[in-house]
Amino acid sequence: MSTNNNMNLTLKVWRQKNADAKGAFVTYKAEGISPDMSFLEMLDVVNESLILKGEDPIHFDHDCREGICGMCSLYINGRPHGPKRAITTCQLHMRSFHDGETITIEPWRAGAFPVIKDLATDRSAFDRIQQAGGFISVNTGGVPDANVIPIPKVIADEAFNSATCIGCGACVAACKNASAMLFVSAKVSQLAMLPQGQPERYSRVQAMVAQMDEEGFGNCTNTRACEAECPKEITLTNIARMNNDFFSAKLFREEHAHEHASGE
Amino acid sequence: MSEFKQTFNSSLGKKLIMALTGLFLCTFLIVHLGGNLLLFSDDEGYGFNVYANFLTHFPPIEVVAYLLYLAILVHSIYALVLTIKNRRARPVGYAAPNRSPASWSSKNMGLLGSILLLFIVIHMSDFWYAYKYSHKIGYKEYRTDLATDKTTSVDYVPASPNFEKSVSTENNVEIVRVKDLHARVAGSFSNLLYVIFYVIAMGAVSFHMLHGFQSSFRTLGWVHRKYTPVVCFIGTWLFAVIIPLGFAAMPVVYYIQSLK
Repeated sequence: MSTNNNMNLTLKVWRQKNADAKGAFVTYKAEGISPDMSFLEMLDVVNESLILKGEDPIHFDHDCREGICGMCSLYINGRPHGPKRAITTCQLHMRSFHDGETITIEPWRAGAFPVIKDLATDRSAFDRIQQAGGFISVNTGGVPDANVIPIPKVIADEAFNSATCIGCGACVAACKNASAMLFVSAKVSQLAMLPQGQPERYSRVQAMVAQMDEEGFGNCTNTRACEAECPKEITLTNIARMNNDFFSAKLFREEHAHEHASGE
Repeated sequence: MSEFKQTFNSSLGKKLIMALTGLFLCTFLIVHLGGNLLLFSDDEGYGFNVYANFLTHFPPIEVVAYLLYLAILVHSIYALVLTIKNRRARPVGYAAPNRSPASWSSKNMGLLGSILLLFIVIHMSDFWYAYKYSHKIGYKEYRTDLATDKTTSVDYVPASPNFEKSVSTENNVEIVRVKDLHARVAGSFSNLLYVIFYVIAMGAVSFHMLHGFQSSFRTLGWVHRKYTPVVCFIGTWLFAVIIPLGFAAMPVVYYIQSLK
């Protein structure tokens, strides 16, 4: 690796002691940064220098660093996961920036994602939405044969596309309304399209939307910023699908249309 | 909370109301433009004045008109409620300007809608209110010779200030006396500032429709490989181009005529 291409950057990083503290931007120099480093490795370098100086390192979320876990975040120069399409911050490389550039790094901003410290936010609102209905109830019994239920290939593919959502929250971060509808609709869709998801299909969508509202996320206005920023390219079609299921559940579905003996 | 409230107070329920009232208002645009094209007919306002009288005196239209006012109110109030909720969803904003790709119109529906609401208030007080509830509007008498089908018009002063319309025939001449809204339109559209305001408002209609029409279908959950391109085509060419151009042409043409 040549050192000739190494870059010197100025970072404007949001620093905040804890959820209740008032935060502010602090400017750091990142010097001798290789263009082959990932964005998180660049932050590691900066943090090492901070630790050596006895300062508190910058806190940011990360885990797999392979772009599949949904843990990393960061709002970089006005875009979640930085300037590149369809990747997470850990897959963003410093060659996407140029020498001497000033990079502004902020945490996800949403009332439902409070800052824990610096750039790390609490995204457990997503977990609660999942727990409200993002599952199928499987009773015990014999293991069914793998291919006993035929599923059209296009449906299986579309369900899988929705299931690729890693729950990072970039959709909320990008949305001008801090709406979580792309996330929720992906989690609704991945099960609504498959046979195993059918028994709970209409109660699921109602429960998950109710929890989403409870968490205080905003309302979708179809600007499509979420779709453009999603590292997994989850499409806006999921939101239309969720709306359709929700209105069906509320207005038309048999299981919700009448009083039932079970009292449900 | 009742089931009804649960449905329409939810985020998706509020969006549903926005979409349905919005689409209803879209249909009104077509009807309104169709009727107002009478302004372009060269008949000294006869067709337009009779049409205006019909609109305000035909009961089914009056019922639809009240639904329309209700739709405007509900659409505006829900927009305000949703905007407040959306702002609250992000109490601390970003320092860096958002660079996520999204159309200008989709990000400025609130601004565009506010311009439109202001326009509707001014537009309705100048024409609808003046026509129905004030005595500011004069009258015209149209005499059509039924033998030659030629029409002449003169200003008419009725005996009663509450006079609306009369149709009679004397000596093979049809006499129609009606409120002269056309003269008020022509008067308003001879004012350059007024014309500029109308043209700006129609620009706002265009951008509001560019996003709103197709967005309402998405909200309703009606997205399909086959008809979504048709919806986008209609939203763009009919609602964001043809209709605003048609409306904007009225003040512009009348202003140019007033210069002669």
